Amino acid sequence: MSTMAVRSENADLEALALRVREHIVRMAAGGGCFIGASLSCADLLVYLYSRVLRVSPATVSDPSRDYLLLSKGHDVPALYGTLAELGFVARERLENHLKTSDSIYWHPNRAVPGVEFHSGSLGHLLAVGVGIALDVKMSSGPSRVFVVVGDGELDEGSVWEALLVASAKKLDNLVIVVDRNEFQANVATEDLVPLEPLDDKFKAFGASVCTIDGHDYGDLRSAFASIPRTPGRPSVIIARTVRGKGLPSLERRADRWFVAFSPDEVKALLGELHGSARAVLTSETKVVR
Amino acid sequence: MASYEDVLCTLAEQDSRIVVMTAENRAAIRNLPARLGPRFIDVGICEQTMIGAAAGLALRGRVPVCHALATFLTLRAFEFIRTDVGIGRLPVKLVGAVPGFLSEANGPAHQAIEDIALMRAIPGVQIVCPADEAELAAAMPAVLASDAPCYVRFNAGPPAVVHRAPFQMGQAEVLSEGNDVSLLTYGLMLREVEVARRILEAKGVKPRVVNLRTLRPIDVRAILRAAAESKLLVTVEDHLRIGGLYSMVCELLVESGVRARVLPVALEDRWFRPGLLADVLLYEKFDGESIAARVTKALNA
Repeated sequence: MSTMAVRSENADLEALALRVREHIVRMAAGGGCFIGASLSCADLLVYLYSRVLRVSPATVSDPSRDYLLLSKGHDVPALYGTLAELGFVARERLENHLKTSDSIYWHPNRAVPGVEFHSGSLGHLLAVGVGIALDVKMSSGPSRVFVVVGDGELDEGSVWEALLVASAKKLDNLVIVVDRNEFQANVATEDLVPLEPLDDKFKAFGASVCTIDGHDYGDLRSAFASIPRTPGRPSVIIARTVRGKGLPSLERRADRWFVAFSPDEVKALLGELHGSARAVLTSETKVVR
Repeated sequence: MASYEDVLCTLAEQDSRIVVMTAENRAAIRNLPARLGPRFIDVGICEQTMIGAAAGLALRGRVPVCHALATFLTLRAFEFIRTDVGIGRLPVKLVGAVPGFLSEANGPAHQAIEDIALMRAIPGVQIVCPADEAELAAAMPAVLASDAPCYVRFNAGPPAVVHRAPFQMGQAEVLSEGNDVSLLTYGLMLREVEVARRILEAKGVKPRVVNLRTLRPIDVRAILRAAAESKLLVTVEDHLRIGGLYSMVCELLVESGVRARVLPVALEDRWFRPGLLADVLLYEKFDGESIAARVTKALNA
């Protein structure tokens, strides 16, 4: 790619990610959402859906499509925002967030076009991804399976169990993307159950690992340029991210896990996304776990 | 008579959607790796991953038949069954080995005596409880043809009775039509119930024996008919009294506004004494003679 093409692609991705972040902020109104985790993986999902995944609104049921499974399900506003911007779901439908008349709630629902499987209980979708990847191998299909996991989620033993099996079965069509925002729900991961050295752990379980800046399109481009990273092994991409990315008033805040904002706060946060001064936030963080 | 393994293999040969999975429990399917090739998937000793992967395979259109010991399948992997298979309403078939008394001398860790209570707490899961290998083999085509998740309480034991009625989901097999007492049972205990029936008949009592075969769906009509036509209902099961057949029958009677005496023969709030099967039955008083004695006492009460 020429420098000019790269610059232009980056500008497009940034514009798309900004629109996705606007959706996330709007979904944090009223009943609220898990905003910090949604903002940390927004660039990842935007990049994957617009530049990596071989899937489109027309091919959501095509057996040869690529799969993306959102294992850390609480960041689903980022997924819904991305799917809405790319035409999988009507943008207006996101206004139904949390309404019982629709089916868009705090965790992924397979009834929404583009969502491959429901999640919400952590540590499940790597195993589900192993099953999909096994079948793709069995039927000699071209699909690749991307499983987005949170770093806090790595406390769950089932993630490591499934990774052992993925390595044993040589599932090189499986890619684990870690949203390494360094926070569990309430505290920093390294203050509770430290994960570092994380890349060594994944390597010891048989994966081919790289660590990138999950907000840098150059890094994302090189990390996803050739999958599998190593033939015969599952790939792991540890994306270092910032919880609350894009909104300095929320970034790296342990107390901004799940928030419900007033209409005025949403307005101020949307302004902050576009470079205005930091929003003044008064809403209490709603602690849900 | 075709074995479980043969029937499963034949069904898999006829339907390429079927994959056989195991969490390194191969006792009943030893010859299938060679016969099914890549459609035999052993994930190692990890029941949760097996069930999650089965959900993934089902999303791709496969019908996975998952084997593990009944306790570890229904308990260790419970949340994966409920959340991935149950909420997904995926056609994953769960085959739990050595349920109930069949765990024999393994001790409480291996005793699946709450498996039915757990599986019926997941919306949409079918429960099939064969009384012997012939019934198990007869059930498998229906189990695999269904779009629903299904738990099979594996029992490939010797013939409990000569089965005449063809297997059908939700249809009980009524083995004798007496009206003094109705013995309702499923699975391993049918054999002992048959012994009890003969003892009771020798004493001039006319028992009805109802082999439920499937607990979800359950044969409502057969149970209500037994309640209407006999003086006493007896439920016999190698399961905790809570959440199993006794619970189901009582719920059904209350729901239907039917008054009936029901005697539970079940495990009362404890694990059973480990030992070889025949000894366990005697010790726990689940052998035919003990069952007959309890029924006689209840009839005379």
